Amino acid sequence: MSLDKLLVTGDPLILFSQIAIGLTMVGLVALITYLKRWKWLWNEWFTTVDHKKIGIMYIISGVLMFFRGGVDGLLMKAQTSRPDMEFLDAQHYDEIFTTHGVIMILFMAMPMLIGIMNVVVPLQIGARDVAFPKLNALSFWLFFAGAMLFNLSFVVGGSPDAGWTSYFPLAGKEFTPGVGNNYYAIALQIAGIGTLATGINFVVTITKMRAPGLKWMRLPIFTWSTFVTSIIIVAAFPILTVALAYMSLDRLFGTHFFTVAAGGDPMLWLNLFWLWGHPEVYIVVLPAFGMFSEIIATFARKNLFGYKSMVFAVVGIAFLSMLVWVHHFYTMGNSAAVNSIFSLTTMMIAIPTGVKIFNWLFTLRKGRIEFTNPMLWSLAFIPCFTIGGVTGVMLAMAAADYQYHNTMFLVAHFHYVLIPGVVFAVFAAVYYWWPKMFGFKLNEKIGKWHFWLFVIGFNFTFMPMFFVGLDGMSRRMYTYSESTGWGAWLGFSAIGSLVMAAGFAAFCYNIYWSFRYAERNVGNDPWNARTLEWATASPAPHYNFAKVPEVDSLDDFWYKKKAGKLGLKKSDIKPIHMPSNSWTPIFISVAFGIVGFFLVFEWFTLAIISSVLIIIGLIANTFDYDDGYHIPAEEVEEEEREWRGELE
Amino acid sequence: MTQANTPLEYRSQQHQMNIFGFWVFLGAEIVLFSTLFASYFVLEHNTAGGPAGQDIFILKDVLIETFLLLTSSFTAGLAIHSMRSMQKRNLIIWTIVTLLLGAGFLYMEINEFIHYVHEGASIQTSGFTAAFFTLLGTHGAHVTFGIFWISLLLVQIARRGITEKTASKFFIASLYWHFLDVVWIFIFTFVYLKGMM
Repeated sequence: MSLDKLLVTGDPLILFSQIAIGLTMVGLVALITYLKRWKWLWNEWFTTVDHKKIGIMYIISGVLMFFRGGVDGLLMKAQTSRPDMEFLDAQHYDEIFTTHGVIMILFMAMPMLIGIMNVVVPLQIGARDVAFPKLNALSFWLFFAGAMLFNLSFVVGGSPDAGWTSYFPLAGKEFTPGVGNNYYAIALQIAGIGTLATGINFVVTITKMRAPGLKWMRLPIFTWSTFVTSIIIVAAFPILTVALAYMSLDRLFGTHFFTVAAGGDPMLWLNLFWLWGHPEVYIVVLPAFGMFSEIIATFARKNLFGYKSMVFAVVGIAFLSMLVWVHHFYTMGNSAAVNSIFSLTTMMIAIPTGVKIFNWLFTLRKGRIEFTNPMLWSLAFIPCFTIGGVTGVMLAMAAADYQYHNTMFLVAHFHYVLIPGVVFAVFAAVYYWWPKMFGFKLNEKIGKWHFWLFVIGFNFTFMPMFFVGLDGMSRRMYTYSESTGWGAWLGFSAIGSLVMAAGFAAFCYNIYWSFRYAERNVGNDPWNARTLEWATASPAPHYNFAKVPEVDSLDDFWYKKKAGKLGLKKSDIKPIHMPSNSWTPIFISVAFGIVGFFLVFEWFTLAIISSVLIIIGLIANTFDYDDGYHIPAEEVEEEEREWRGELE
Repeated sequence: MTQANTPLEYRSQQHQMNIFGFWVFLGAEIVLFSTLFASYFVLEHNTAGGPAGQDIFILKDVLIETFLLLTSSFTAGLAIHSMRSMQKRNLIIWTIVTLLLGAGFLYMEINEFIHYVHEGASIQTSGFTAAFFTLLGTHGAHVTFGIFWISLLLVQIARRGITEKTASKFFIASLYWHFLDVVWIFIFTFVYLKGMM
C-alpha cells in the first residue's frame, strides 16, 4: 500500500490538521520529557485503579472529544450558512456529520457521564472504590483506545461517511469501499466492550457495596439512575457488539448479512442498530436526570419532591426504552399495526418523563433557590428539554412522521433533547462536583458567561432548524439553492453556533483560570448539600472515607449535619485496605488499539501477530495475585486531621 | 453466614462480588447469543441458491458433539465437587477430562465446518451461511477461550492449591463452562433439529 493511500492528502483543511496534530504530539512528548513527568504520569494516572482518577481521565477525554465534535458541528454550520456555499464538498460534509454524530454520542456524552458516575457513585454510597477497580481501569483504557482509533481515521485512511447510524447498503463495501467505515465498526467495538464492563461494574458496585443502612429506597437519585443505566448497558450493548461484528464480517470478509444479492437483509442492521441505539438514548439521558435531581434539591434547599415516583419513573423509562426502536424507521415498510404499536409505546415514555419534570418543578416550589452555576444549568434544562420532549411526541405519531421524518425537524428535536438533557447536565455536574474532585470551585462569574453564551447560542442554533425542517429541508443536505428561502434561517443558525462555541471557550478558560487563581480550601461541603459524598474531604482522599458511614435515612448526611453528628472518633480509624495499581489494563487496551488498526486496513497477518499482545496481557492478568495493600491508621488519621482539625 | 458452612469460593466479600459480577456478565452473554439466534432465524431461509441446512447437516456428527459437550459439563460438576471437598488431585483429573472432552468437541466442530465448505457452504455463500457460521463460530470461540482459560487456572491450582481465591476463580470458570453447554442445547434444538426437519 502506498503512502498516499494511507495518509489522507489533497485537502488543505486536513493537511493543516495533520501538521497541527503532529506538532501537538511532538510538543506534548517534549514537554512531558522536559518536566520529567513520565514516571509520575505512569504511576499516578496510567496505571491507577482509583475510581476518582479514572473519572477525571474520562472527563478530560470527554472535554477533548467535545472540542473535536464541536469543530465538526461548526464546519457543518459554516457550510450551510449561505445558499450554494462551497466551503466543503459533499464527501467531506458526509464525513463530518458522521464523525460529529459518533463522537458526540459515544466519545463525548458517554465518557462525560461515566466519568461523573465514577467520581460520584462510590462516594455517594459510602464505598471505598467500585467493585472491580482493575476492570474499571480497563473500561476506561478500552474506551480511550477506541476513541483514539476512531479519531485517527480523520488523517490516516479517511473518515467514515455513512452517517452515525451507518445504514446498509450504504455502509457496505460496495458503496463505501474506503477504510472509513472499517474504522467505525472496529473503534466502536473496542470502546463498546469497555462500556459493557462499566455497566457490569456499576450493577455490582451499587448492589453489593452500599454502606450499612443505605437501603434501596434511601439511595440518592443519581445513584439510582446510574444503577438503572448500568442495567440498560448490560442489556443493550451486546446487541451492538453483534451488529458491529456482522458489519465487520460483511466489510472485511465478504459475508452477506446485509447485502440483498446473496440473501442478506439490510433491515436486520436497522433493527439491531436501533435495538441498541434507542436504549442508548436513555443510557445518556437517565444519569443526566439523576444529576439534575441532586442539584435541584441541593439549591432549592428542599428534599426532592416525590422521591419514590422519581425512582419508578426511571425504572419505567428504562423498561419502555427497550420497546420503541421501530419508531426510528416508520417509513421503511412496516405494517400499519406495527407502526401503531410502536407509536403507542413511544408516546408512553412521555408519561414517566412528565412525572419527573413535575417533580423537579414541585421541588423548586417554595424552595429558597440559590442561582449558582450548577443550578442555572438545571433551570435552563427544564424549558429547553420540554421543547425537545414535545416535538418528540410529534415525531412519535407514525402518520405525522411520514411528513417530517429525515428532515431538519428531527435534527432539531434530538438536539433539543440531547443538549439540554446531556450537555447541560454534564456542565451542571462538572461545576457541582468540581470541588469534590479538585478541592476548589470553578469561577462563578466566568461560569455565568459560559452559561449565557451557551444557552442563548444553543437556542439560536437549533430553533431555526425546526422551521426549515417543517419547510422540507431534509437532513444531511450539504447545500441548497437560494430559491428555497432557507438562507436566512440557516445563516442565523450558523451565528448561533458561534455563540455556543464562545460559551465552550469560556468553559475552557474557566478551568484554566480556576486552576491558577481559584480560592483553595473550600471545605468538604461547599454547597451545603444533602448526600453522602460531601461527608468526606474535598478533594476526596484516595480511601474515600476514614470510617465507612452508617446511614439511617434518605438524605442522611443533611440530617446528621443539622444535628451536628458528623464527627470522627480517633478510635474508629483502622488500617484501610486498598487495591494496587496495575499495568495490564493500559497494556491490553493499547494492544486492542494496535490490532484494531491493522484490522481497519485489512492487514490480517499483522493483526494476528499483534493479537499475541492481547493474549500476553490476559495471561499476565490471570497470574496477578496482588491483593493490594493497607494504608496504616496513622496515615489516615493524619490526613483526616488536616481538614477536620483535632479528632474526638 | 458461618465460615464453616460457606463454600470456600463465597467466603470473602470480594469473591462474592466476583461471582455475582460474573452472573451479570452471563446476563450480557445471554443477550449476545439471543441476538445471534434472532438474526439466524431472520436469515435461515435466505440461502440464495446455496445449500440449506438439511442439505449439509449430518445428524451423527452433531450427536457426538452434543454428547461430548454435555458430558464435559457433568465432569466439570465433578471437578467442583472435588474442589468443595478439598481433593486437589481429583479436581485436577476431572478438569483435565473436561478439557479433553471440550477439545474433542472442538475437533469435531472444525471437521464439520471443513465438510460444509467442501459441500459449497462457506461463510460467504449466503445470508443463511453467514448467520449459521457466526452463531456456531461464536460458540466455538467461547469454548476455545474456555479451554485456554481453565488450563491457566489449572496451573494456578497446581501451584497454589485450593484457596479462597483459586476456588472462586475456578467456580466462575465452571459457571462459564455450563453456560456454553446451555447455549449448545439451544443450538442443537433450534439450528440442527429444526434445520433437518
